[in-house]
Amino acid sequence: MRNIAIIAKREIKGYFTTPLAYIFIVIFLALTGAFAFYIGGFFNREQASLVTFFRFHPWLYLMLVPAIAMRLWAEERKTGTIEILMTLPISTPEAVLGKYLAAWGFIGIALTMTFPMWITVNVLGDPDNGVILASYLASFFMAGAFLAIGSCISALTKNQVIAFIVASTVCFLFTMSGLELVLGFFRGWAPEVLVRTIASMSFLTHFSAVMKGVIDLRDLIFFATLIAFWLFANVIVIDLKKAA
Amino acid sequence: MGRTPGWNKKINGKTLGTTTMAEKIALKGLTKRFGSILAVDNISMSVAGGEVMGFLGPNGAGKSTTMRMLTGFIEPTSGTAEICGLDVTRHPVEAKRRIGYLPEGAPTYGDMTPESYLGFIAEIRGFDGPEIRRRIEAVIEKVDIASVLRQPIDTLSKGFKRRVGLAQAMLHDPEILIMDEPTDGLDPNQKHQVRKLIRDMSADRAIIISTHILEEVEAVCSRTVIIAHGRLLADGTPEELLARAPDHNTVMITVDADKADAVKQSLGDIETIKSIKIEKVAGRDGATRLVIRPTKGALIADAVSHLLHTKKIKVQEMYVERGTLDDVFRNITADGNNEAANETGNTAEGGANA
Repeated sequence: MRNIAIIAKREIKGYFTTPLAYIFIVIFLALTGAFAFYIGGFFNREQASLVTFFRFHPWLYLMLVPAIAMRLWAEERKTGTIEILMTLPISTPEAVLGKYLAAWGFIGIALTMTFPMWITVNVLGDPDNGVILASYLASFFMAGAFLAIGSCISALTKNQVIAFIVASTVCFLFTMSGLELVLGFFRGWAPEVLVRTIASMSFLTHFSAVMKGVIDLRDLIFFATLIAFWLFANVIVIDLKKAA
Repeated sequence: MGRTPGWNKKINGKTLGTTTMAEKIALKGLTKRFGSILAVDNISMSVAGGEVMGFLGPNGAGKSTTMRMLTGFIEPTSGTAEICGLDVTRHPVEAKRRIGYLPEGAPTYGDMTPESYLGFIAEIRGFDGPEIRRRIEAVIEKVDIASVLRQPIDTLSKGFKRRVGLAQAMLHDPEILIMDEPTDGLDPNQKHQVRKLIRDMSADRAIIISTHILEEVEAVCSRTVIIAHGRLLADGTPEELLARAPDHNTVMITVDADKADAVKQSLGDIETIKSIKIEKVAGRDGATRLVIRPTKGALIADAVSHLLHTKKIKVQEMYVERGTLDDVFRNITADGNNEAANETGNTAEGGANA
């Protein structure tokens, strides 16, 4: 535990000693705001809810989270610091978790900074704050799932651009897998069970359910399981590279 | 995990069997294959406390790959690396605790300052509270980086970066120090300083340094291992290796040109002389140099000077050639080339960066 915390602390500090953190947060806030007000029609709906704000989170994460994730391992490999990190007296899971939690925490900070949206909607009306809290939680976990996918893919390469593109694509498939666009591809030949499994993997389906006020613990468990799976894969990838 | 045949070999006159306490590092049949490339080929050796081992070899010989296996960064294809009796693959964390490692090129987190970087290393090495401060201050003084503590490492010169890397490796006062080209990129003063540092630390530690600089080996190493194409080709003290130089203990004398033949004649009586060659000395008319080669292993300086003295031959100059490690290195690795070429083909180290 101690080692995870030390690594996470170093990583988080790293975000804030470079412009990366500030640029990310500013752009994240600007985009969530812009999407909610201009595209989502926050005011036109005349409803005290943050649905128009949360609705665009999956799409924003699709671009922004792989940008955070791509550097996690690829950069260490590129600059050679991975050789320092992995020869320190720590285990691979500690390194993976430390780096992951720092990045997730950082996204959490960015997400928390959208609180003026919550204040606004409370000033203007009387929203269901339970749903808003659940949506925040679901959004945070969804970001965590995107990040775990990105972290694992970042461990596969030393090229950050490749890590970004591949992670975005995989995240896109997970997001869209509930939609006909993806399912149609499988429907012709794959067994029904597989099609249904793929459909059940959809981030969009799980996230929309929470956003609309259907608070089901299973949606959070879905994201948590996915995070655990990809981080486990991340550890395996790093250990395999060691033996390669 | 069986013991590799040939492991019971003599090193420095001692027969090494199993790992004893004095042996801090033991490689047993260590082998690493990257796809079809055999980077390290069945290397067995050990390093005891108090030894500074110079690891020599041409580029791509497998030096870095061997060091990476020793430090647990990569896993061997077969064979084992043991640190203080601990198998690095099976007890990685325990083994890594005992090692200080400076990887090739001394990578560091460039956006950190040396101060925060060393703070991170101290914490992860398990130090607490005031001990962190104390450790950092001690190591800062050793490598002399006090003036740049609060600058991002990316903005530092190559010499400072390397010294930050050294500080990282030495911070926890490890029993085992493994340094991949520790003086690369340093100026002569800094090189001198780092070599002194290594010598000072060598008392009860096992130290391995890889280097291209052969004078460095003579300056700091108590033992030299040469590898090429992943194979161990020579193992001995720098003196022992020097004895393998082609012109080791060759005696050169310069005499008046007209007396050269007469001198050659009289030297012919000494049995341990293998050959005498007469050379002109460039730019000096009237002087001729005799290059007197001994038979293998023989010392002839004493006999020659005695003979010259008794025959009252006037000598302008006389000196004994020690030979250079460069020559030895070239000889050994060039032989290894031919020998290994059939099996291993190309250079090996490229794959290590994957």
